[in-house]
Amino acid sequence: MTDVMMPQMGESITEATLTRWFKKPGERVERDEPLFEISTDKVDTEIPSPAAGVLSEVLVEENSTVAVNSVVARIAEEGAKAAPAGKAAGPVAPEPPAPGPKPPAPAPQAPVPPPATPVPPPPAPEPTEAEEPQGPISPLVRRIARENKIDLAQVKGTGTGGRITKSDVEAYLAARKAAAAAPTPAAPPPAPAPPAAAPGPAAAPQGAELPPLPMPAAAKIRVEPMSNMRQKIAEHMVMSKRTSAHVTTIHKIDMTNVAKVRARHKELIKERYGFSLTYLPFIARAVCEAIRDYPLCNASIDGTNIIYHNEINLGIAVALDNGLIVPVIRNADERNVLGLQHAIVDLSTRARSRQLKPDEVQGGTFSITNFGSFGSLFGTPIINQPQVAILGVGAIEKTPVVVENDAIAIRSISLTGLTFDHRLIDGAYADRFMQKLKAVLESWSEDIL
Amino acid sequence: MLKFCEIRDLGRMEYGAAWELQRQLVRDRKEARIPDQLLFVEHPHVLTLGRNGRRKNLLASEETLKAAGISFYEIDRGGDITYHGPGQIVGYPIFDLRAWRRDVAGYVRAIEQAIIDALAEFGIVGERSQGATGVWVNGAKVCAIGVHISRWVTSHGFALNHTTDLNYFKYIIPCGLTRPVTSMAGLGVTAPRADVIAALVRHFSRIFEFEVVEPVLQSEQAI
Repeated sequence: MTDVMMPQMGESITEATLTRWFKKPGERVERDEPLFEISTDKVDTEIPSPAAGVLSEVLVEENSTVAVNSVVARIAEEGAKAAPAGKAAGPVAPEPPAPGPKPPAPAPQAPVPPPATPVPPPPAPEPTEAEEPQGPISPLVRRIARENKIDLAQVKGTGTGGRITKSDVEAYLAARKAAAAAPTPAAPPPAPAPPAAAPGPAAAPQGAELPPLPMPAAAKIRVEPMSNMRQKIAEHMVMSKRTSAHVTTIHKIDMTNVAKVRARHKELIKERYGFSLTYLPFIARAVCEAIRDYPLCNASIDGTNIIYHNEINLGIAVALDNGLIVPVIRNADERNVLGLQHAIVDLSTRARSRQLKPDEVQGGTFSITNFGSFGSLFGTPIINQPQVAILGVGAIEKTPVVVENDAIAIRSISLTGLTFDHRLIDGAYADRFMQKLKAVLESWSEDIL
Repeated sequence: MLKFCEIRDLGRMEYGAAWELQRQLVRDRKEARIPDQLLFVEHPHVLTLGRNGRRKNLLASEETLKAAGISFYEIDRGGDITYHGPGQIVGYPIFDLRAWRRDVAGYVRAIEQAIIDALAEFGIVGERSQGATGVWVNGAKVCAIGVHISRWVTSHGFALNHTTDLNYFKYIIPCGLTRPVTSMAGLGVTAPRADVIAALVRHFSRIFEFEVVEPVLQSEQAI
C-alpha cells in the first residue's frame, strides 16, 4: 500500500486545492501517470502517481483544499492480497473479471467446472496460462475488451512481461472476426478446452460463444510518424545523392605513430583537461594539412562557378539517439591537436543534449565521419551539401603488415576513405589528397599536440 | 549551469493551432529533446476558460460569440475565463522548472516580475495585487496569467495587452474579477510589438537565468 501525498509545490505553498481526479477508485494507475490535479493561484499542476497499482482509496474529494504532505489517496500494489478484495467491493464491480482475483481462484474452483459444463475436463494445463495471465491492463485495453466482449484471459500479451497491449486485443479481435467468417461450424477441436476453464466465475456463456483461436497473430506492422529531424535527414540525403556524383577512394593508413603519441599523453591530458585524447583530432589536424595542399576538397559548387573557401570549417558527424547532427569546428586549421579535441568534446556533448547554437551547425566546408568508432571497417558516406568531400574514418585495428625488408610487424591500421564529388574532383586529385593525409599521419613523430 | 531557451515569435496563429504546438513542445521538453522554449503569439479573437473557471463569467451566449467572430475554448490551465485577440502579446513559456526552482508560486511571481520590469522600460509602473495574480496598473489589469504544469514542465502563460481593443473584454468577467482592464496603448505607450517582445525576452532571460538561442532549423543540421 503506497500513500499518495499532497506534494510540496514550492516554499511558500502550505496547502493546495485538489481540483480533479484522473482516476477513479478501483482503477489501475501506472507509476508517473497523472493521478490528480491541484490548483494553486492560477497554476494547475498535474501530479503523477508515485507508484503503480490500483487506486484503492481516495481520501480527498475534488475541490477540497488540503495541507501539503497530507495523505490524499492510497494505491495498492499489484499482486497484493488486499487489492482484489478492495476492488471487488469498489463501485466498479460489474467490470469483467480483472487479472487480480484469478490466481487464488483456480485451486478451490477446479472441481466445480466439470459438472457445470459438459466440456472434457482438462484442468491441468491451465495454471501456466493463469499464473500471471495478463499483467497490468491499461484502461484502454480493458475498454476495448469490454466493448467487444473479449475475455482477456484468452488474449496473448506481447508487451513487456507478457502484458496485453492495444495491438494484442486488436489482433485478437481481427482473428476472431476472420474465424467467424470462415466456414467452421460445430467442430470444436481439443484446443479450446483449457480456455473454457480459464474464464472462471460468471463467464461461462461467453466462453461458449468464443470461436476456436488460431495463435493470435502479432501485429505485422506498426506505423509511426517520422520525427522532424528524421524527415530533414531523409530529405538531405536524397538531395545530396541527386546533386553530387559520389565516388569513394579507400586508403590504408598506418596509425601506429599516432597511437604512440596518444598513449604517451593520454593520462596527463585526462588529468589536466578532463577529457580523453582520441584519434579524431589527429585526423582532423591532418585533414587541415591536406586541404592546404588540395583546396578543391574544401570548395563548393555554385552553378558553373567553383567557390574556394579560405576558412577550413570542419564538420564532425555526431550520432544522436534518433538521428545525427554535424556541428562545425570553425577555423579548424588554426587549432592544434589539443584544441581540436577540446572542440570535438564540447560540440559533441552539446549536440547530444540539443544545446548547439544554430551557427554551430552551419558553414562547414569539409566533414569527417568517424564510423570506425562503431566498428565499421570502411564506408561510403553521403556528402554533406554544399560541400564536395567527406572523410570516412574506419576502425583502427592492430593488423599484421609487411614492412621493410619483408618483415611482418603488427601495426595500428585504419582503412580511411574520401568520398568526393566527381563533378569537381577527379580521382587522381582525391588520391593525392589522401596520400598527403596518410603521410602526415604516418610520419607523426612529434610530441607536440 | 548554462541554460538555453529558444525564442519563437509565431506571429498571428489560431488558438487551437498554438495549443497543439504547445502540447507537442511540452512532450519534447519532458523528454529533454529540446531546450526551454518561449513562444510569442497573437491570437485571433478567442475566449478561453480554465478548467476551474465558471461559465457564468462568460457573459455572452455562444451564438453572440459566433456572430462576433470569437471562438471559445475550454482548456487545461489555471485561472478563470480570459480573452485573447489582436494587439495582445501572448507568451507561452515551456520551461522545465526543475532546472530553475521547483516552486509553482515562485514561477508565477517570476513571470509577474519579468512583465513589471519590461513595462518599466516603457515608463509603465506595473504592480502586483495581493490575491489577484497578474500585473496591474492603477488598479486595472494589463497582463493576465494562467499556467499549467505537468512534471514540472510549464505551458500556457501570460497575455499582455499591448494595443488590444478592450471592448472585447465586455463579453466576460475577466478571471472572475470585476475590475477594469487596460493596455499599454491605453496608457499612452506607442512602442511597436517587436520592441515589447525584445524587452520581455531580456527580462525573462535575466530572471529565469537562460541564454537565448534561435530555434535550430533542423534542415541545417543533417549530413
